[in-house]
Amino acid sequence: MALLEVNNLHAYYGNIHALKGISLQVEEGEIVSLIGGNGAGKTTTLRSISGLIPPKPGAITLGGEDLSNHKAHELVSRGVAMVPEGRGVFAKLTVLENLEMGAFHRTDKDGIIADLNSVYELFPRLAERKKQLAGTMSGGEQQMLAMGRAMMSRPTLLLLDEPSMGLAPVLVEAIFDTITEINKNGTTVLLVEQNAHMALQVAHRGYVLQTGTIVLSDSAKELQRNPMVQKAYLGIE
Amino acid sequence: MAQSTNFSKAVRYGLIAGVVALSVSAIGMVETFDVRDIITGVLTLGQLLLFSTALIGGYFSWKKGEGVTPVGALLRGLVAGLLTAVPLVFLIILTVLWPDIRDSFVNVTPALINILTFDQGTVTGSLILLVVMGVLGVIGAAFDLLSERIQKPLLYGLLWMLGIGLLSEILLLILRPYSPRALLALLFGDKGITPATAVVIFVLAVAINAWWTARGKEAAERRRIARPPSTAKQLRRLNIGLLIAFILILPFIMGTYLTEVADVVGTFVLMGLGLNIVVGFAGLLDLGYVAFFAIGAYVMGLLTTQGDLGIGGISFWAALPFSVIAATLAGIILGVPVLRMRGDYLAIVTLGFGEIIRVLVVSDLLKPYIGGAQGILQIGKPQILDFVFVQPEHFYYLILAGCLLAAFVSWRFRDARLGRRWMALREDEDVAEAMGIRLVSTKLMAFATGAAFSGLAGAIFASRLSSIFPHSFNLLISINVLSLIIVGGLGSLPGVVVGALVLVGLPELLREFAEYRLLLYGALLIVTMLLRPEGLWPSPVRRRELHESQMEHISEDETEEVHSLA
Repeated sequence: MALLEVNNLHAYYGNIHALKGISLQVEEGEIVSLIGGNGAGKTTTLRSISGLIPPKPGAITLGGEDLSNHKAHELVSRGVAMVPEGRGVFAKLTVLENLEMGAFHRTDKDGIIADLNSVYELFPRLAERKKQLAGTMSGGEQQMLAMGRAMMSRPTLLLLDEPSMGLAPVLVEAIFDTITEINKNGTTVLLVEQNAHMALQVAHRGYVLQTGTIVLSDSAKELQRNPMVQKAYLGIE
Repeated sequence: MAQSTNFSKAVRYGLIAGVVALSVSAIGMVETFDVRDIITGVLTLGQLLLFSTALIGGYFSWKKGEGVTPVGALLRGLVAGLLTAVPLVFLIILTVLWPDIRDSFVNVTPALINILTFDQGTVTGSLILLVVMGVLGVIGAAFDLLSERIQKPLLYGLLWMLGIGLLSEILLLILRPYSPRALLALLFGDKGITPATAVVIFVLAVAINAWWTARGKEAAERRRIARPPSTAKQLRRLNIGLLIAFILILPFIMGTYLTEVADVVGTFVLMGLGLNIVVGFAGLLDLGYVAFFAIGAYVMGLLTTQGDLGIGGISFWAALPFSVIAATLAGIILGVPVLRMRGDYLAIVTLGFGEIIRVLVVSDLLKPYIGGAQGILQIGKPQILDFVFVQPEHFYYLILAGCLLAAFVSWRFRDARLGRRWMALREDEDVAEAMGIRLVSTKLMAFATGAAFSGLAGAIFASRLSSIFPHSFNLLISINVLSLIIVGGLGSLPGVVVGALVLVGLPELLREFAEYRLLLYGALLIVTMLLRPEGLWPSPVRRRELHESQMEHISEDETEEVHSLA
């Protein structure tokens, strides 16, 4: 059984039918990429999974359990951590305080300190800057912080919304290396990304989303070779 | 040297100072304040207000590093000072040309003109005013020529001298029972301090400050570092103990009148602590805070009054929990509909809520039950065995207990998980939710706790005055409380006390302020926002946020360990 299962998910913004019945699975230990152009419904899918948009009963199950009645804040204790688009760090808190906030629902002090150290290992930059206010850091550092903070809740499933947005190419590379590393340490990752090239390089499998429907699903390698994907998303003629 | 002939700055600041001087004169402030002597026969508060405009105008008339020579600087001060006087001279001339000026400007009285002209008639007086203002402008400009080593002690001495002079009436009230009459006559004049005392205070303050900057500060710092942590802890405990002992014996030192003032300040501290949770901790701007104060007061009034409206007729102590619970429930009832509102929208709705409560209280609809505009009389006093709380001194301890309780609860909540939730909520609602924080309970807890403190304040308020009337619960109370926590420092517990002392205590002591209280609030808020946006006694988080660049060296101990986990 898949860790996360999405079946025939619909979503509406007023009269706009944003998701027209999409289905996808994320197996434990995978990195799955959801790629697609602007307005394809990638972020809407993530927002539905995290409960910010209430889904229909049965549309989303996590480890076999129905998620339709769960509020966004409850997901954290169920092992789902979300890194929102545009990072969303607490700008006026320090890096350390931000990270502590990520472990908010936990009470195991030793475990939190251990995880804090492993986040610092993952992102040495954060260790250097733990007393700096988050809002004064660069975009890349804030992205690292947002990811580190999500890891502090010790998630089984990490939802990443456009981690490469607005970052310099060098940093994008570094961020995606870290995603691979996080995954190797045992966290399942569902990644939503416009940068299809990078997303398909790190992912095991991928889904291509177009105007609210899934048009393709395959292993990441196959998708990279697919002429339609090459033309539309990878810029290869 | 094109720059050194450029007087535009001097002209600008001179004119601004002139307009300020004209305004404070024409609205009657100078005259009202003239009755309070700071230094007997030398300086009144009114004159201080008037002349400080020229001083400040002169100070701003030039800036270091613009290539201005010392002579040029003094010239600019002169220009600014003279320009400050010009509008006032116009006012003096106007009173001669237009004898009926008071038909339009009620406060332009002959007494005001006498102050402006030093009782020397129109022509001579105007000339003297020009000269005095010009000289003050030059002095203001000259101040910036001095090195900082001289500036600071001078300023310090001046502030102490003026401060003690300003509060001389209160000092006299405190000292009179203990001190020999002859000593007091030597120190204080009829009103204010004697010139000799002023000079002594000035010299002492300058000397102490100079010594402190030169030697004392370093030595104290060295001692502080050399101290082992255990001794430092003991010392801190000792300080807190001394402070508490001082607060406990304060009513015996202050006498009845000042204790009364302390009661008023304490009531505002209690409300401030409550609003500080809502606005300072959780970041929810509540403008209808007075509603909970009113609810607490009315529940206390209705339950304990001996009059016709009374229901139950129970004792103060039995009614107190009902007051607090009623206010808390009102806090939750207000909280539920505004759960999804943020910022400005929240402020408007809470403002409306406060008005609804006030309108309900004065309404004819509820008049048979809560007395309408006639209010509630004969409210019960607290009683322990045979001892009845009547005097301000008795209520002082009751209010103090309330404040200590509120401060303790605030402090524990702030450092607990709930405080973290509030902080996350204040910083970013969406991210807070993504961190697994329940917004509903977090917001409601803030509203409920804040309202409970306000209800407690209201209940004590009602009992202290024995009677309550609807007009005591107007919007101004909400604004007062909000202003005092902003001036004190949002989110800071000592800040609430400092804010209440400055914004409630001072105007209460200097009765001349009463009429200009709101003007004072406005001016103080603006000055605070410009010079010290974090407040007079800020919380570490706010200070850090506003002075990030200067924080490197002090933040060590604040963020070192992983705090308040679990």
